[in-house]
Amino acid sequence: MLTRRVLLKNGSMAMLSLGFAPAFFERAAQAAQTKRKVLVTIFQRGAVDGLNMIVPFGEKAYYQARPSIAISQPGQANGALDLDGFFGMHPRMASLHPHFKRGELAIVNATGSHDPTRSHFDAQDYMESGTPGLKSTRDGWLNRYLHAKEHEEASAFRAVSLTQQLPRALQGPAPALAIDQLGRFGVRAGEAGDMMQSSFEAQYAAAADAMLRPTGKEAFEAIKQLQSVDIATYTPQNGAVYPNSGYGQALKQIAQLIRTNMGLEVAFAESGNWDHHANEGPAIANRLGDFASGIAAFAQDLGDKMADVVVLTMSEFGRTVAENGARGTDHGHGNAMLLLGGNVKGGKIYGQWPGLEREQRYEGRDLAITTDFRDVFSEALTGHLGARDTARVFPGHKRGKALGIVG
Amino acid sequence: MKRHLSFSGRLVAAVVAAGLGVAAPLSGQSVAVKADTDTVVHVLNRLGYGPRPGDVARVKAMGLEAFIEQQLHPERIVDPVIDRRLAAYPTIQLTTAEIARDYYGPAEALRRAGQQAAGRLGRPPTPPVMMDPTMMGQAGQPARPAQNVTPEMQAARQREQQILQDLMQARLMRAVVSERQLEEVLVDFWFNHFNVFSGKGQVRVYLTEYERDTIRPHVLGNFRDMLGAVAESPAMLFYLDNFQNVDPKAAQRQADEQMARQRLAAARGGRGGRGAARPQNQQQMERQQQLLQQARNRGLNENYARELMELHTIGVDGGYTQADVVAVARAFTGWTIDRPRDGGSFQFNAAMHDNDPKVVLGTTIKAGGKKDGEAVLDLLATHPATAKFISEKLARRFVSDTPPASLIDRAAKVFLSSKGDLREVTRTVVTSPEFFAVEARRAKVKTPLEFVASAVRASDATVNNVQPLVQALRTLGMPLYGAQPPTGWGDTAMDWVNTGALLNRLNFAIQLAGNQLRGVRLDVRTLAPDTGETTRTQLVTTLVSGEVSDITRNTLAKAESPQHLVALTLGSPEFQKR
Repeated sequence: MLTRRVLLKNGSMAMLSLGFAPAFFERAAQAAQTKRKVLVTIFQRGAVDGLNMIVPFGEKAYYQARPSIAISQPGQANGALDLDGFFGMHPRMASLHPHFKRGELAIVNATGSHDPTRSHFDAQDYMESGTPGLKSTRDGWLNRYLHAKEHEEASAFRAVSLTQQLPRALQGPAPALAIDQLGRFGVRAGEAGDMMQSSFEAQYAAAADAMLRPTGKEAFEAIKQLQSVDIATYTPQNGAVYPNSGYGQALKQIAQLIRTNMGLEVAFAESGNWDHHANEGPAIANRLGDFASGIAAFAQDLGDKMADVVVLTMSEFGRTVAENGARGTDHGHGNAMLLLGGNVKGGKIYGQWPGLEREQRYEGRDLAITTDFRDVFSEALTGHLGARDTARVFPGHKRGKALGIVG
Repeated sequence: MKRHLSFSGRLVAAVVAAGLGVAAPLSGQSVAVKADTDTVVHVLNRLGYGPRPGDVARVKAMGLEAFIEQQLHPERIVDPVIDRRLAAYPTIQLTTAEIARDYYGPAEALRRAGQQAAGRLGRPPTPPVMMDPTMMGQAGQPARPAQNVTPEMQAARQREQQILQDLMQARLMRAVVSERQLEEVLVDFWFNHFNVFSGKGQVRVYLTEYERDTIRPHVLGNFRDMLGAVAESPAMLFYLDNFQNVDPKAAQRQADEQMARQRLAAARGGRGGRGAARPQNQQQMERQQQLLQQARNRGLNENYARELMELHTIGVDGGYTQADVVAVARAFTGWTIDRPRDGGSFQFNAAMHDNDPKVVLGTTIKAGGKKDGEAVLDLLATHPATAKFISEKLARRFVSDTPPASLIDRAAKVFLSSKGDLREVTRTVVTSPEFFAVEARRAKVKTPLEFVASAVRASDATVNNVQPLVQALRTLGMPLYGAQPPTGWGDTAMDWVNTGALLNRLNFAIQLAGNQLRGVRLDVRTLAPDTGETTRTQLVTTLVSGEVSDITRNTLAKAESPQHLVALTLGSPEFQKR
């Protein structure tokens, strides 16, 4: 049985063998011409406290519930950065504040998964599979999007996760790469590297296996594609300075892939350590500083190219409205997502705000959810990447009213 | 002179597959296969993690039939080497209670104390333990400075990490070294069939016991026994949430009773004095109300019920409906864990159970109590769809990505007639004409585990520290105990052949051949004393049984050193197949 993927790959190889110019040049040229749209997804693993990230300073209940960890109102010492007179940003996110004011950054509030789980694992799994409540879904939502739009000309770098392992969201039948360091992508054999690379390349070009042969070709083509732009010596543009964290370096490399026209369409990066059960104040300040300055550096680095890029952030669930006995917060429900980029109708906070009074909360304790996370994801796919519909990406989900954030 | 072997046993082999090198089986009781080198290599590649130097000769001397029979009876194999190697991983022998108390307990206690202290003193809290991958990004380094970690905490963390380390290292060591190769392949197969993920909460505490006591003893035993052991295993109960599966009516009942007790207690407390105690009571009441609300919202949890049918037994096409899922979930209400946060064991809680009759796949279940769940397991374990589903999966593992329907049907019949005797079903598959058929030879792409283990075996590398190999599996995209979804890892070429993974395989071959994996030592001089033609021919025979393309031979001829010669052979497309 030949799978669609094998056919696609073999098909593309057949076409390749007829061409004159190395395919990677063609592809790069093509990518440059068509101004490929790119979606960059960032997962805040561990459940960021959305209420201290996007601060509802207009809510009395917010300050009542958080006597020691609430972010002060704008204008006060270490106060929130005003967004719309009711919501503000954590002060350590100052680098992103101008983007909101310029209308490039949008926020969706009270969003997330309606599934009641408060398990990090299950909630992340559901957010990445895109099928809350269904555990046996094998592929991720991003992969289903890629698979539905699989095409022969796709670059090996069409879908890249800047992580050691491919995240659940990108797992599935469509090809996707996990690379934690672009500079280490290739055959690593020291001085013998070139010899080993060309020997392996020859072996795989002659492989009898119907999947190993095209995959091998794809792999060596990808290596050459990276080598052709000398990714190792690439430096960020426009004076952008990325945080030194793994997350910051991941964003830097995503920018490199975009700038060098590698054919990137979907990228994935992670930001960790958001599980602030105790003494949240100083800890989340550091994490938000890293988080925001990474995105800000990314936007600065790409400059005009941001017109073709949307950054979308997500976290598995929000945290309790009230602080706990250890000046932290526990696992909650609704949260906030950020969208930044040329196609984003920013400067606005989307999603119906349910309020923080006890009776307005989910189960009496958490921010309620008024926007299903899949509606936000769908918007990014249709509004930005041009997906026709997302019924196959989010099976069983009836899409809510269009939010109008992207496109 | 042809040497023929005849396999006894209960297999039926009415079909003679093309190209079988077979003396036709007439009785329908046995199949005869010529034990040539290619056939022996095939058997070693499928019943185990590939041949080591000398294995082919050993099997030939012993007889192929005897070898397969021996592998089907691992209890008859004496293997002092693996026993000695496993002594390096003492925690794999511990009970869950010991693991919870002595390994996870101390770190947990320190973390709790740290959090409380942090809350009081307002200093940065002790960072969470990095074992749970859901807390941190893979790429993200711990953001907080290391000086927050006391030496005491450091030691406690190392201690809790030892549990998973030992498990991973023992599993890989067994794959490489154990003489009970088929048993290891089957443990991998059945663990994956009943997959649980080490990164989900308390699963890690129960993992040691799960593999050792729930999976391993049953891989050549009875399917119903394994299914029952899994259903009662805290690892699965936690992983698929059944420990929280409660009859909604019972939850409401309990909530009401608790509320009544609360009111009574509050009324009594109120007499004592109204001053400072009151806001305290008010807060407590609110907290209680929240908990009660949550208890009401809890209730039926369908996760285990659904996967029990879809993944463990009858399969997604097994003909069940959502109504069946609900009925099965109701049957398993009350199958829970006693103190799940402290490494407690299985418990049937009658107060959580829905005792009303349920209809599952057209059969009425009204046994009552724990017997409801048992009756469902009985029904599913003997269902024809289960026989087919399990047979197909085994055939996919042992024969090809698209196993012939004839084989699946025969194995399914054996499954049903033997009442789920997995030794007989496995025997049917691995002694079938389809198994020995030419088109099955080297038809499977190795999984990363098979690639790594077979490379170490083929090159006869000495493993003093298995950790670099454990790490390699992570890099190759198949971390041990690291499959998140209940489907486990896929078992076809499509699941494992992709650009990034392929390059990682090539780099692993280079590292192994170059002795760059600390603690794994390969004797290049023995494998390839030089790069001459004799050596190359010998190497190709040793590592890939001589089956390589002319192009591959040409690239080997250009290798500049023995080390590169070995790397090019282990990284070759031929070595990726089994």
